[in-house]
Amino acid sequence: MVPSALVGGEKVTKKEKEILRLLEKDARISPAKLAAMTDMPVAEVDAILRKAEAQGAILRYKTVINWDRAGEQQVWALIEVKVTPQREVGFESTAERIARFPQARSVYLVSGTYDLAVLVTGETMHQVAAFVGEKLAPLESVQGTVTHFILKRFKDDGELMQGGEGTQRLPISL
Amino acid sequence: MEAPNVENRLISNRLEGVSASGIRRFFDLAASLEGVISLGVGEPDRPTPWHIREAAIYSLEKGYTTYTSNRGIAQLRQEISRHLEADYGISYDPETEILITVGVSQGMDLAMRALVNTGDEVMVPDPAYVAYVPCILLAGGRPVPLPTSEETGFLLSQDTVSNSITPRSKAIFFGYPANPTGAVMPREQLQAVARLVEKHNVIAVSDEIYAGLTYGVEHTCFASLPGMKERTVLLGGFSKYYAMTGWRLGYACGPEEIIEAMTRIHQYTMMCAPTVAQMAAIEALRNGEEAAQEIAADYNHRRRTFVKGLNSIGLHCLEPQGAFYAFPSVKATGLSSVDFAEKLLVEERVAVVPGSAFGDCGEGYVRCCYAVAPQDLDEALRRMGHLMADYHNQ
Repeated sequence: MVPSALVGGEKVTKKEKEILRLLEKDARISPAKLAAMTDMPVAEVDAILRKAEAQGAILRYKTVINWDRAGEQQVWALIEVKVTPQREVGFESTAERIARFPQARSVYLVSGTYDLAVLVTGETMHQVAAFVGEKLAPLESVQGTVTHFILKRFKDDGELMQGGEGTQRLPISL
Repeated sequence: MEAPNVENRLISNRLEGVSASGIRRFFDLAASLEGVISLGVGEPDRPTPWHIREAAIYSLEKGYTTYTSNRGIAQLRQEISRHLEADYGISYDPETEILITVGVSQGMDLAMRALVNTGDEVMVPDPAYVAYVPCILLAGGRPVPLPTSEETGFLLSQDTVSNSITPRSKAIFFGYPANPTGAVMPREQLQAVARLVEKHNVIAVSDEIYAGLTYGVEHTCFASLPGMKERTVLLGGFSKYYAMTGWRLGYACGPEEIIEAMTRIHQYTMMCAPTVAQMAAIEALRNGEEAAQEIAADYNHRRRTFVKGLNSIGLHCLEPQGAFYAFPSVKATGLSSVDFAEKLLVEERVAVVPGSAFGDCGEGYVRCCYAVAPQDLDEALRRMGHLMADYHNQ
């Protein structure tokens, strides 16, 4: 059976949403396991996945890594960027231009006193500062930047950096 | 004259028949072994949602550390009343028909002590949650088992109830969705029981602690059936649906006369349920539905995978429709449920609860909780499959 929706903006079915939510929590669940969990035939799960991938609903299957614990230091910074909107395209072209830099981990258009919020990572503060000073700030439409170095990450993309909470259950309870 | 036997007088006769669990040795063994994956638990595998814990912390900061009314905090009783009305269309007066208890466990004890006279008979499904029979015995009652079987989905049948009713029958005490079987009574079958309850003028005590945890079927609140509110003590709580087992908070709803009697016992023996837990429960009822439903959906995913897995390794298992337990048969192994559980524990380091702990009709089955991390469930299944392979090869 071929799933119905998954087109950008179209409403996904309950089953499609169930599959996407499960994968969002754990990208390693196999189609066979997904089928067992959702009471669907494996072929139907496969079809949902293929379609979601083709239509960009699933962009990538990723892993959330705490690099501090993996023994590798990373420097993170949140950059406020004030932008002059451009005729016809507004903030879009500047935002897309910034987003193409691999150093830009996330780029958001925001309301408030500045226009773009850019999350930047690098191996050292110097690298991050160099990116801001040499690539970001000089862009013609960028009026100014404010750099906030991140001192500690407590939660990232929905994940507690210290790991999830466990429980101290008795081995047997009735 | 012979001196009285002090030793024999030390413990009240009331405890005769209330034995410490016969499988305590098994529990001790499970606790002493390393590397055990336990499916023997009876509670969620995650802490209480943070917003509920945070509300409790805030209540402590604000100084809510004193006794509450014996009946419980008024806002909590109002919230419970609102929820029961919204979910089942049944209306309880928060002032006179709801009592906040220390878990459903205390509600069971209070209900039995308030209702049962010495020698009164109380019908109980078999298998059923382990505390029902002791509560009846401690109140001086006589438990009358209502046998159920896998063939009939571990559901109460009209005939069984009908055949068990005598002039001494005072109450019927049951819990659906059921621990240990995961069975959910369909509305029509509950209606048949309700007709008998009415006809024979007995009181129903309905433990609905797993009410929010049903999968693909709807839970029917027994008190919502026509004519049943007047003769039902409804016991509910927060432990399972909101993952709040350690808070020890529940409630009893029923006719004013019964709730007043239960409150009389409660006021002298407990005073009130813990204030901090009551404050947390208000938050759970006001804002906890979304998180609770997400957890329930998670259980459903594990349930499907686990039950399929059990059946695939030769442990026949009915599809449980509620709670978070599977109750597979181990009869194919030729072992008793205790022997199977011990073998599984010692040889494969997986703990399950022998079905015989829940009554004679639980013999031949084991209770497996699937509120366990998915990777542990997978590994437990693999180990159980390893044990079962021995039997397939024989």
